[in-house]
Amino acid sequence: MPKIELHDVSVSYVVGDFSTVGLKDVVIAKLQGKHIAKEFVAVKNVSFELEEGELLGIIGANGAGKSTLLKVISGIMRPTTGQMAVRGNIASLLELGTGFDGDLTVKENTFLRGAMLGYTREFMNQTYKSIIQFAELEEFEDRLFSHLSSGMKSRLAFSIACLVKPDILILDEVLSVGDGAFRKKSEEKMLEIIRGGATTLLVSHSLEQIRRMATKVLWLDRGNQVAFGETKEICDRYQDFLNGK
Amino acid sequence: MIESIKHFGLLLKKHQFLFEELVKRDFKKKYKRTILGMLWSLLSPMMQLLVMSIVFTNFFGRDKPHYTIYLFAGNLTYSFFRDSTYGGMNSLMANAGIITKINLPKYMFLLSKNVASLINFGLTLIIFLVFVAVDGVAFHFRMLLLLYPILWMIVFNIGCGFILSALFVLFKDVQYLYDIFTLMLMYLSAIFYYTADYPEHVQKLFYLNPLYVYITYIRAIVIDGYIPGLPTHFLCAFYALAALGVGALIYKKYNYKFLYYM
Repeated sequence: MPKIELHDVSVSYVVGDFSTVGLKDVVIAKLQGKHIAKEFVAVKNVSFELEEGELLGIIGANGAGKSTLLKVISGIMRPTTGQMAVRGNIASLLELGTGFDGDLTVKENTFLRGAMLGYTREFMNQTYKSIIQFAELEEFEDRLFSHLSSGMKSRLAFSIACLVKPDILILDEVLSVGDGAFRKKSEEKMLEIIRGGATTLLVSHSLEQIRRMATKVLWLDRGNQVAFGETKEICDRYQDFLNGK
Repeated sequence: MIESIKHFGLLLKKHQFLFEELVKRDFKKKYKRTILGMLWSLLSPMMQLLVMSIVFTNFFGRDKPHYTIYLFAGNLTYSFFRDSTYGGMNSLMANAGIITKINLPKYMFLLSKNVASLINFGLTLIIFLVFVAVDGVAFHFRMLLLLYPILWMIVFNIGCGFILSALFVLFKDVQYLYDIFTLMLMYLSAIFYYTADYPEHVQKLFYLNPLYVYITYIRAIVIDGYIPGLPTHFLCAFYALAALGVGALIYKKYNYKFLYYM
């Protein structure tokens, strides 16, 4: 049975500048018959299937709907239409480094993040040491998170997230994190999980990386599925498309 | 109903670790690791009480017994509501960075915030009971019934928190409107005056205000030493369940839509 199946999945959502919209504005807009929110279709009729152990590379320009698609598969958003089946536990590394609390220490943040990712306290007690070791933050355990450099932050985020053995791994440009040495280490760790049989979705702007790692490629353009298929064929077409621009 | 409570219990168990960590986080952030932080949250209701009793005792409390306790009971309830719902209102937006990245039950953030307010309330309640003892009110077993309005107040605050947090995600001016609302609510909750001075039909209108119902229950038990009638018991439960029901419905409907507005 395929690990991930999408049939004609579309995702639309409401867009608008909501950071300043208040109840008063909405009431006034309603009275004037205007609409503040616009419906926006971020992903249109995407269909594909992935078997266990496959690695799907998702390519396309900014705004193609890649991140939205990953959000749908990881369960943060729901498809507006179409059917989707995702089988197995998911580890999603979407935009590492966000959602941490600057006022808490590194240790406290590690446990909090572990809890958010659904680990148990026992598991965290057992693996905490190796997380910190992997992130190379042994000397910073009791520092406030806000005192870390951005490289350190993403190292920590990566280390917490990649310690599980997920069935499905979702990566949004996070295959490599940090400086040179850590970059190599994190990529190796990812490869280890992928080789361990995890079905992986990888968004990357590096075509070279996609060619090297992906077994299938999905090409999106402004929400539309341009192509889905074998890596070499799709990557060549995408390369031609980019050169032709 | 029982099924859904069971289901909820299972969910809580599944997310127990997360819940504990969130409570720890909220608690630590609230008190910012300082002794004074904790002390301050107790000092602030004390100062309010002091000012109120200085100002109002001459107007309203001249010939009334235990006026300080009367004030305190009102202020205690109102502060709990205010503290809890303000925290609740912010709970979704303050965690937007997490909610938009990780798929988690969103009510966890609200519940953990409420635990912090509840601890605060508990501490103030202890001081309240000290005041009661000092003021010469006799303790009796009926006072255990204080648990009844308090339990419903917790539910009511959570329900209001649900509603407010959802509104705050959708409309960013809700926090200013809520400032005005809580101010009006304070004046309408008979915290420092007596409703007995109003005509009978106006007195009844006060019962439309849930806070007034909870305050009245507490005062009846503590100051007058009698157990309120069944209608008051019913109202305590009704307001709490109504708020919780509406809040839960909104969360259910908007669970996957909050994201767009964050």
